[in-house]
Amino acid sequence: MIKLKVNGKNQQFDGDPEMPLLWYLRDEIDLKGTKFGCGMGLCGACTVHINGQPMRACSTPMSAVADQTVTTIEGLSPDGTHPVQIAWQELDVPQCGYCQAGQIMSACALLAKTPKPTDAQIDAAMNGNLCRCGTYLRIRAAIHKAAELTASKAETKPAAAPKASRAGSRLMPNKK
Amino acid sequence: MTKTCLHRRSFLQVTALAGGGLLLGLYPKAAALAQMGRGPEVLNPTDFIRIGADGVVTLTSKNTEIGQNVYNTLPMLIAEELDVDWKDVRLVRADADAKYGNQFTGGSSATPSNWEPMRRVGAAGRQMLIAAAASTWGVAESECATASGRVFHRASNRSLSYGELAAKAATMPAPDLRSVKLKDPKDYKIIGTSTISVESKEIVTGKPIFNIDVQVPGMLYAVMQRTPVMGGKVASANLDVIKAMKGVKAAFIIEGRPLPNNYPNYLFEDAGFEAGVAIVADSWWAAQKARESLEVKWDAGKWGAQNSEEMARRAVELSQQTPQRTLRNDGDVESIFKRDDVKIIESNYVFPFIAHATMEPQNCTAHYKDGRIEIWYAGQIPQTGRTMVARLLNLPEKDVTVHVVRGGGGFGRRAYNDLMLDAAWISRQVNAPVKLLWSREDDIQHDYYRCGGFQFMKAAVDKDGRLVAWHDHFVGYGEGNAFAHDGGFMPTEFPARFVPNYRVQSSVMGLGLKTGALRAPYSNSTAWVIHSFLDELAHAAGKDPLQFRLDLLAHPLPVEANNNNRMPPGLDPARMSGVLKLVAEKSGWGKRQLPKGTGLGVAFHFSHRGYFAEVAEVTVQTNKKIKVNKVWVAGDIGSHIINPSSAETQVQGAVIDGLSELIQEITLKNGAVAQSNYHQHPMLRMSQAPPQIEVHWLKTNNPPTGLGEPALPPILPAVCNAIFAATGERIRTLPMMKQGFSFA
Repeated sequence: MIKLKVNGKNQQFDGDPEMPLLWYLRDEIDLKGTKFGCGMGLCGACTVHINGQPMRACSTPMSAVADQTVTTIEGLSPDGTHPVQIAWQELDVPQCGYCQAGQIMSACALLAKTPKPTDAQIDAAMNGNLCRCGTYLRIRAAIHKAAELTASKAETKPAAAPKASRAGSRLMPNKK
Repeated sequence: MTKTCLHRRSFLQVTALAGGGLLLGLYPKAAALAQMGRGPEVLNPTDFIRIGADGVVTLTSKNTEIGQNVYNTLPMLIAEELDVDWKDVRLVRADADAKYGNQFTGGSSATPSNWEPMRRVGAAGRQMLIAAAASTWGVAESECATASGRVFHRASNRSLSYGELAAKAATMPAPDLRSVKLKDPKDYKIIGTSTISVESKEIVTGKPIFNIDVQVPGMLYAVMQRTPVMGGKVASANLDVIKAMKGVKAAFIIEGRPLPNNYPNYLFEDAGFEAGVAIVADSWWAAQKARESLEVKWDAGKWGAQNSEEMARRAVELSQQTPQRTLRNDGDVESIFKRDDVKIIESNYVFPFIAHATMEPQNCTAHYKDGRIEIWYAGQIPQTGRTMVARLLNLPEKDVTVHVVRGGGGFGRRAYNDLMLDAAWISRQVNAPVKLLWSREDDIQHDYYRCGGFQFMKAAVDKDGRLVAWHDHFVGYGEGNAFAHDGGFMPTEFPARFVPNYRVQSSVMGLGLKTGALRAPYSNSTAWVIHSFLDELAHAAGKDPLQFRLDLLAHPLPVEANNNNRMPPGLDPARMSGVLKLVAEKSGWGKRQLPKGTGLGVAFHFSHRGYFAEVAEVTVQTNKKIKVNKVWVAGDIGSHIINPSSAETQVQGAVIDGLSELIQEITLKNGAVAQSNYHQHPMLRMSQAPPQIEVHWLKTNNPPTGLGEPALPPILPAVCNAIFAATGERIRTLPMMKQGFSFA
């Protein structure tokens, strides 16, 4: 029996200890925000935090996360207002969006250690995350923006909700 | 993940019957679009617009979202003419259904083929709301105006909201969509503004909105080991061993179908059902793990001995023989080549097969039950997929429901409906809902690859440095007059029509590999060859490469009457000169001193109705490591940029995507693809991307056209030309590692 904590919740798993964490998250406890990209730790789409460190869930067996603390994109903030999530929306970063959960998890881990990263530090921290759509320029800008938001949040009040499109308010699709 | 919404409020109902329909053939000259069209002749606005009593406007987005933000774009057109505020709009996805017209998502066609129909749908809705208000007040419709979801009668200072009018509007006669009045563009409030993806929040919070996230109660998971060689068959497999493994529910052979003859267009021809072994289990991991124990004896069939080295050798052999076909022959190339007062330049260019490798591996969920099937697929041509599934399972089309979902990248790959066929077949076989998910290895080894090719170029420049003859022997793949799908050459490509003696000939060899459309098909290789070679000619002529191109564009010859190719006729030189001059100005072309080892390169290309010119500044370090310092892009896609934020990021993405194509290659060994994952089919990483990509628009008085594709092709030659400017070395074979170059 493997015990672990995922997004603050205690979990138990008694299946195949070789199964990668990715499939446990996606198919056993229905946290589908973490994405499958390559299965070999080459693309970073499955990046989660294990004890605060960015790790590739696709190549981390369940046996390696026994008694560990895992945070996924769903656990980053209760309402999607982590400064990185806000910056990502303000700068309209995603295209297809598939890699972005992994990008965001890598970015958050970077900012936790390095609150005001340089371009070179961003490149070094983000180089393991591929984006097939090529949103790298906006990702870099959004990380700087998130650093600013965090700094101003520390000084003053909580960060504002994402500013909408320049046209007016952003909108949400009808969902079941 | 079902997309069905129950709407209990009153909705705008529009009955568009005879005379009230909208003809889709608004751009009858775009033969390519006509070919794609499988929709009905009329669109019914009620399929696109619903207005609740509370004023909430729900619009249906008809095309597939794969990263181009088309989910926003098309409803923005409806909302503009309906005259509602974007903040009051909600979106729903259309299932695959002919009632939405043509849902083809590809060829950068969403904007040109929907620019007018979607606006007219919106305008028709607006007109009916005005009619409802006018009738309520007993005033003339012409006295009424609209703004922000309200109808106004200024003379009496009265107004009613769309929500208040919706029920009555539903009883109004439908206007003729062809004659509804459209806004003056100067009054646009939504078109031309940046709206962020409406699914942005879901994306950054990890909501299950992608194809791979689809969950159906009781769903099983499938993997499939397809034949490694096209057309191969399963001779035997250790199915009993697999069936006994933990979690496995079923394992069986899929016979597949014999390959169609003669290099079909896989987009529309029902050719996507290959042989293999399917394993179905109670989790994807269990199925994938069982696969490690799978032993298959394959009958490779006729393509089992195919190797890339042999194909390259054969291409050279063909280049030395009389070309098999002449695709175009203007003037008399040979007589120019015999002259002794011209300079002759000869070069051979080689480009490889490459894979799409979308970030989301291919997958599809299907649920067969009682003679009906429900499918969830991020398909770019979902209606065709629906037809193909109906045919495969021998079901009437009405019993095949296809829910289109968001896809993690398309780039042309999801235009092929093979995954739908496989998933549908497997679901019927096990009589349960099944998610078929490919591994990255499956994805890279079973693609519809960008076709490789070889171009043997020869040209002449005269004493004044003018291009006087151009010859291209294109050696590709196919048989007889058939090229491999999307692997041919367009004899309308520049500089056709701009050089008096112009000849393109071709030869083909057989190919046992499926090929297909990769973002800017044809153009992504053609532009590289043509603009690399043009650069060689400019240098041979002793001219500035940008001025050499402007000079060429200045002297078009008459358009050929017998242009029977499927792409539109060649480029408009005025528009291309416009973007070329703009990019020259923005990049400081010819005006900047660059350090040693740094060079500028320029290229342009016309494709998918778009005009793009690009300049790259590249520094080449010792050991041939290159760094693209900056890229300037100038584009002309008509009178309006519908969503500027999306447009900018599409172009930046296209540039980065194009740079990746400089380092990618798929090769064949014993008939099978030799590469398997991103370590062997790399793409650009953040540190390798140009830190700056400037995007400039030249707005011209032309209908707006698409943007997914045309910004990509010029970047490959622009960078290679910059490398030449920096080093004097010309890249004539891709990937560029073949000549020792790589990204720093």
